[in-house]
Amino acid sequence: MKVIYKTDSDTICAVNGIDLILDKEQTLGIVGETGAGKTTTALSILRLLPQDIGEITEGQIIFEGKDLISAKESDMRKVRGEKISMIFQDPMTSLNPVLTVGQQLYEALELHNTQNKSKSQLEARVDEMLELVGIPKNRKREYPHQFSGGMKQRVVIAIALACSPVLVIADEPTTALDVTIQAQVLAMMSELKNKLGMSMILITHDLGVVAQNCDKVAIMYAGEIVENGIIEDIFEGVNHHPYTEGLFGSIPDLTRSTKRLNPIDGLMPDPINLPAGCTFHPRCPKCMDICRTKKPEPFSFGSHVIKCHFVQNSNQ
Amino acid sequence: MNMPLIQTKNLKKYFRTQKGDLHAVDNVNIDINKGKTLGVVGESGCGKSTLGRVILRLLEPTFGEVIYNGNDIIHLNQKQMNNIRQKMQIIFQDPYASLNPRMTVSEIIAEPIKVCKIIKDKEELNQRVFDLMKIVGLDYRFINTYPHEMDGGRRQRIGIARALALNPEFIVCDEPVSALDVSIQAQILNLMMDLQEDHGLTYMFITHDLSVVKHISDEIMVMYLGQCVEKAPSEELFANPLHPYTQALLDAIPIASLKERDKLRKIIKGEVTSPINPKPGCRFASRCFHVTAECKNDGLGLVEVSQGHYVSCILHK
Repeated sequence: MKVIYKTDSDTICAVNGIDLILDKEQTLGIVGETGAGKTTTALSILRLLPQDIGEITEGQIIFEGKDLISAKESDMRKVRGEKISMIFQDPMTSLNPVLTVGQQLYEALELHNTQNKSKSQLEARVDEMLELVGIPKNRKREYPHQFSGGMKQRVVIAIALACSPVLVIADEPTTALDVTIQAQVLAMMSELKNKLGMSMILITHDLGVVAQNCDKVAIMYAGEIVENGIIEDIFEGVNHHPYTEGLFGSIPDLTRSTKRLNPIDGLMPDPINLPAGCTFHPRCPKCMDICRTKKPEPFSFGSHVIKCHFVQNSNQ
Repeated sequence: MNMPLIQTKNLKKYFRTQKGDLHAVDNVNIDINKGKTLGVVGESGCGKSTLGRVILRLLEPTFGEVIYNGNDIIHLNQKQMNNIRQKMQIIFQDPYASLNPRMTVSEIIAEPIKVCKIIKDKEELNQRVFDLMKIVGLDYRFINTYPHEMDGGRRQRIGIARALALNPEFIVCDEPVSALDVSIQAQILNLMMDLQEDHGLTYMFITHDLSVVKHISDEIMVMYLGQCVEKAPSEELFANPLHPYTQALLDAIPIASLKERDKLRKIIKGEVTSPINPKPGCRFASRCFHVTAECKNDGLGLVEVSQGHYVSCILHK
């Protein structure tokens, strides 16, 4: 899949040919820095890219055997919320401040009311969903500003799960929350996922969150997946993409006492003007001549796939 | 023992609200020696940012003393305070909101110097801005750009350069990395540690993430609802956390390794209760795993359990 954003002066290559497979009832973690194209990927799956600016230029998105890119807008509307739903990053801004949380939940249910349930049945479902995410049902007449950050994110999760979707895309669901509340919300999400048998795409920049919650991981850099595999490959595998190593080096390790962290130097390249060859080469400590000119091909060890000349050379 | 650079004594800050007094900071005593870092950790709403601001007198305390270099600064007048402020700076949490969008990078960094009228010569001022940008690792080509053209990591570097502009001795860092990506976080933390070594700075580092302060702090204070619940040297606190709240904070950090994956973690329930007219006794009692009837009694204070390790809990009396 490729996605570009067109602005008046430039074309931004946000996603450059990525392949992802997610099986039923699994959790896929997408990891990367700001600007890696994680959110763009998620929005593309739901076809929610900004109109006339964002465009999917190549590729397919296949969901339950059907291609979503060629689907009609009216069909797409049925998929969104009902089959695939999304939990947005910032609970402070993704709720409507002038509607009560109960009304917002009811709205989602009413729009996807395929079984023609009665009003009282829908209201009962609203209460059920709130209880499910740990909010007392008598609080449904309150407005978002009366809830704390963690509680708001629970409301957002309740709305996303209201229609029992098959796939939930969670875009940095806990980044805006305190660590203690993050632990509560993540524990609740994985519990609900198992209970309701959903698949999940978890977008995050925190490898700790991935380790505790995912089955498969894809590491994204400048619109490409540089490494992917099952969770054991990423956290216990021998070979890694230098970018993955850099991400691990940036995390403060609580078990060891080192004085310094080992971050990756430099910044993500400008997506308007991506470097030739491997997009990571200007920041890579293991950069070779070939990296500057030739794009690395995916190199796989079973379920573990890495796009890097260095890894490829040292394993041939 | 050398004299602490900054010290507070029984510092209190209550905000008046319609429902009663909001206890943002309640009886906090800290002392930070020159060249050292105190990490202040706690959840949103525990009063850590208020504490930072009261120390700089950006907010007036309700009660207590703030002693800087042996002098109480609470009773200084405006003019005396202006002189002291040059030595005490702050780096704000949100690099998106703390920079004036209508000023260029060079104007932002030069502003504190102009306000305090330290360098009057234009040529010299430009040189100083240039030096500051070099210190924090900002490329010179950014000198005339506006903050919105830059990413979070670079903006935070501007914030650091601005705080350094007056050669301060003490900097309050109010969650300087919590809005940044992990890889950029590590870059900024390393930069701040380098600056501390080179310039002999003293930091008060406020954060909600214990893993961030581990590297940078010499001593860590854990706050809950305006009170200090545990204070210990950094190594000691991680090796031997005593207060149930500290233990819960440590437990909540997601660890990037599969070994811990299936371990059942103790996650504290509920959220911070209202700091308005708090009940007597331990304020953490309603969320604590070890709560007993005794916790509701008043008269709990910090107890020194081992050298430099203070904790306020009924279990360690």
